[in-house]
Amino acid sequence: MSEALIRLEQVGVSFSGETVLERIDLAVAPRQIVTLIGPNGAGKTTLVRAVLGLLKPHTGKVWRQPRLRIGYMPQKIQVDPTLPLSVLRFLRLVPGVDRAAALAALQEVGAEQVIDSPIQTVSGGEMQRVLLARALLRKPQLLVLDEPVQGVDVVGQSELYRLITRLRDRYGCGVLMVSHDLHLVMSATDQVVCLNRHVCCSGHPEQVSGDPAFVELFGQTAPNLAVYHHHHDHSHDLHGAVITPETHVHGAHCKHG
Amino acid sequence: MADFLLYALLAGLALAVVAGPLGSFVVWRRMAYFGDTLSHAALLGVALGFALDVSPTLAVTVGCLLLAIVLVTLQQRQPLASDTLLGILAPSTLSLGLVVLSFMHDVRIDLMGYLFGDLLAISPTDLAWILGGSALVLCLLAVLWRPLLAVTVHEELATVEGMPVAGLRLALMLLIAVVIAVAMKIVGVLLITSLLIIPAAAAQRHARSPEQMALGASLLGITAVCAGLALSWFKDTPAGPSIVVSAAVLFLLSLALPKR
Repeated sequence: MSEALIRLEQVGVSFSGETVLERIDLAVAPRQIVTLIGPNGAGKTTLVRAVLGLLKPHTGKVWRQPRLRIGYMPQKIQVDPTLPLSVLRFLRLVPGVDRAAALAALQEVGAEQVIDSPIQTVSGGEMQRVLLARALLRKPQLLVLDEPVQGVDVVGQSELYRLITRLRDRYGCGVLMVSHDLHLVMSATDQVVCLNRHVCCSGHPEQVSGDPAFVELFGQTAPNLAVYHHHHDHSHDLHGAVITPETHVHGAHCKHG
Repeated sequence: MADFLLYALLAGLALAVVAGPLGSFVVWRRMAYFGDTLSHAALLGVALGFALDVSPTLAVTVGCLLLAIVLVTLQQRQPLASDTLLGILAPSTLSLGLVVLSFMHDVRIDLMGYLFGDLLAISPTDLAWILGGSALVLCLLAVLWRPLLAVTVHEELATVEGMPVAGLRLALMLLIAVVIAVAMKIVGVLLITSLLIIPAAAAQRHARSPEQMALGASLLGITAVCAGLALSWFKDTPAGPSIVVSAAVLFLLSLALPKR
């Protein structure tokens, strides 16, 4: 994968002695949509922050293509209520953006109606679209989305995922996103990485949704998605640590301890 | 018009103009307490200036800059919340300043002047410092306006978009430090933050863009300086406090006006 936009090798992060991520390998290629899924506290946001360079991993390394333009859509954004800022001005904080460019980006994501609204009054679903528009204005080679459909209703969610796929097709950018919504993610992604402090399993959604590690993590919802099965030979304790039975045979894709 | 009144007016107006945009950032970024701490440290700067026999204005500028750097370092190195750190640094530096001053028996300084300002005693040299400092800060603010705004809106987004966030944050602190150093003569260390915050807070309710708020704050500041000086001139009230009272009245009026 020499053409990868970004590549993580054996990345580990710990906060005050507590291991949050260990031995993570991850790569995103141009035009590829990679989705990170995993339970709360699995380290998804931490991993995203390492990818973005907001956090230095304690072990391993993060390689980014030189001069990689990243469009980042944060989980949520809270603008101080005393700051009078319209959506247009918010988008124009990206250098070189005029009203026409901002309007075009908003139309692309279907939120042109809020262009002159104060940013604090924009609803959750519209805000996600505005954030996506800001990421697009950077003409990104890599789009990083942290829970892009948070606070969006179900219809809006699948629409937003379709939009992300369409943007990928149109701009040819790689996409790395974090998600909780298993059903919707599966149809819109090329690779799923199932994370629980380590990479539990990764691969094409059809493989992963049947992976027992995946079933283990997501419980009852998972079988509905299952297309493909193989045997699972490790499980997790409450802290997400791997409990490896005696019979476990390490395979090529095993990334845990 | 008497010379001293002209000097006072020019100094006050220069400060009001620069305090508008800078004070807006103080309000948006919730740095009011930070400004307060820096201004308390200014008195320590004065004391050290006398002890080392350098110009008090220069000593205060350097002192404020050092405190800003110490604060940023402390914030990054240990877990205490910023307001706790500021609550430690503000009274400590003010007290240290007073203690250092008490050791210098041969220096007679007008403590009230430093605490509450002595606008009507401004010399041409002071005025030059104030005009120069204000002009410098205003230019830097204009150049850094958009990146500073981007950092204020969302630091992580700004970082990912390639802006030097830590540098910008430090730059803003240093600008505040410079303004405090030059403003000390005008309203004194205990009242400086009010000139930064009150006009910006008054303009906030009626502004529809960051620039409107900054400009509105400058205009309100100018009004407060003129009104305060007039009050001081005709009723013989202390100049600095009169300006702050005028600004507070303007703030109350802004609350009474219907929001746009």
